Amino acid sequence: MAYGEKVLDHYENPRNVGVLDKDAKNVGTGMVGAPACGDVMRLQIQVNDEGIIEEAKFKTYGCGSAIASSSLLTEWVKGKTLAEAAEIKNTDIAEELALPPVKIHCSVLAEDAIKAAINDIKSKA
Amino acid sequence: MSVPTYMDYSATTPVDKRVAKKMMQYLTMDGDFGNPASNSHYYGWQADEAVKNARKQVASLIGADPREIVWTSGATESDNLAIKGIAHFYKKKGNHIITLKTEHKAVLDTCRQLEREGYEITYLDPMANGLLDLNVLKAAITDQTLLVSIMHVNNEIGVIQDIEAIGNLCRERKVFFHVDAAQSAGKVAIDLSTLPVDLMSFSAHKIYGPKGMGALYVRRKPRVRIEAQIHGGGHERGMRSGTLATHQIVGMGEAFAIAEAEMSDESARFKILRDRLLAGFIDMEEVQVNGDLDQRIPGNLNISFNYVEGESLMMAINTIAVSSGSACTSASLEPSYVLRALGLSDELAHSSIRFSIGRYTTEADIDKAIVLVRDKVEKLRDLSPLWDMFKDGVDLSKVEWAAH
Repeated sequence: MAYGEKVLDHYENPRNVGVLDKDAKNVGTGMVGAPACGDVMRLQIQVNDEGIIEEAKFKTYGCGSAIASSSLLTEWVKGKTLAEAAEIKNTDIAEELALPPVKIHCSVLAEDAIKAAINDIKSKA
Repeated sequence: MSVPTYMDYSATTPVDKRVAKKMMQYLTMDGDFGNPASNSHYYGWQADEAVKNARKQVASLIGADPREIVWTSGATESDNLAIKGIAHFYKKKGNHIITLKTEHKAVLDTCRQLEREGYEITYLDPMANGLLDLNVLKAAITDQTLLVSIMHVNNEIGVIQDIEAIGNLCRERKVFFHVDAAQSAGKVAIDLSTLPVDLMSFSAHKIYGPKGMGALYVRRKPRVRIEAQIHGGGHERGMRSGTLATHQIVGMGEAFAIAEAEMSDESARFKILRDRLLAGFIDMEEVQVNGDLDQRIPGNLNISFNYVEGESLMMAINTIAVSSGSACTSASLEPSYVLRALGLSDELAHSSIRFSIGRYTTEADIDKAIVLVRDKVEKLRDLSPLWDMFKDGVDLSKVEWAAH
């Protein structure tokens, strides 16, 4: 698979790798995918008192596109409200990273991950 | 830009310079460019002589009679010709063929086609080490069985099947036996003067010959008949028509002759390199060699680095060229069917890397691969939520995943 520059950049220098306290009230965790399918994404967001996402962390098991999609997503969600973050579409990610058609599912997974993280934080409220 | 170190010799090999040099003498006006079938003039005779010599060279490596060699375009065509050829010629005798789930697609898809034509196919499960249990084969043979097709050496995991024992069983039950030897010729000793094998497929490009060239061994005594799949001028005693590609044939012959001369030294050298590579990984956490380590060609190491996805690992180690059983490296998005047939979980199959060592691999290449892979596996595990969960003692098989 020949990747574009942006995928390679995120893959080689992934942003915001790490873990937040999943039990904290202001942290939402989204874990999507399955090992059997070859990709699992864990995205975590931390929201401040103003309802703004102030921190985002990820870890991803998967191909270069999956890693790049989740890395990009953490950059995008920071500074956004939950409502704004929920607006992020997989097509935006795929377009930004110039993902080839066979890798579109990686961006779908990233969209699922942010939705799952938002749902998790809402369920704690 | 410096090119990556090649460690994918099971996919293909470069043509040996000695082979290429010889091939170039059969192409141009000042070379022997004639049609080997032109039996009325000098040009044809020269080309025919070269083809005869190559036929001897190929036959010599495998202990066959030159008249038992049929030139083809590669092992895929040889597999097609052998399996369809037997099925069609002997269709009044039976309609059942037995093969193994870990065979190359050239065998499996040929069998699928025969299923569509009404034949019954049994796809046997290998044991967890990749080898065939003879009792499983014995139980599968019926009075309708025409042919058993089992590969000699597996392309992904490098395991060597006991073709002598399988062949003896086939003889006992009066069933034809075809062996795909694309990955074994020149790597494992083959002596068809004693081995109970009826048909054997060969490829040139797996042993430093040209791509687009292969051969099928068809036994003369006792005589094995096959129905041609390509019709035309009646070349190759009617079994495979088409003008013989003299330069390709000469290349295959030369490659086989070199293999015969250098095979034993080369195997010993590969084994030292492979063992060095394995020793470089074996103390890492959560690594597993796929397929039997003893019954295996020396140039192959197929190993899973658990909790790391194969394609991203290949990206990370892009200064060496290897293969992975990961879905992401295939068009189908399915992980390796060979590793799945051994009973590996999808995630272990996704995490596998195949290193294959060859004629131009050096000790420095091996040491480079060890350092690189160890470093990148650690980096990717730091990035892997599965590795975190494993470290926290979570049983991943018990987690309910949202499959997609």
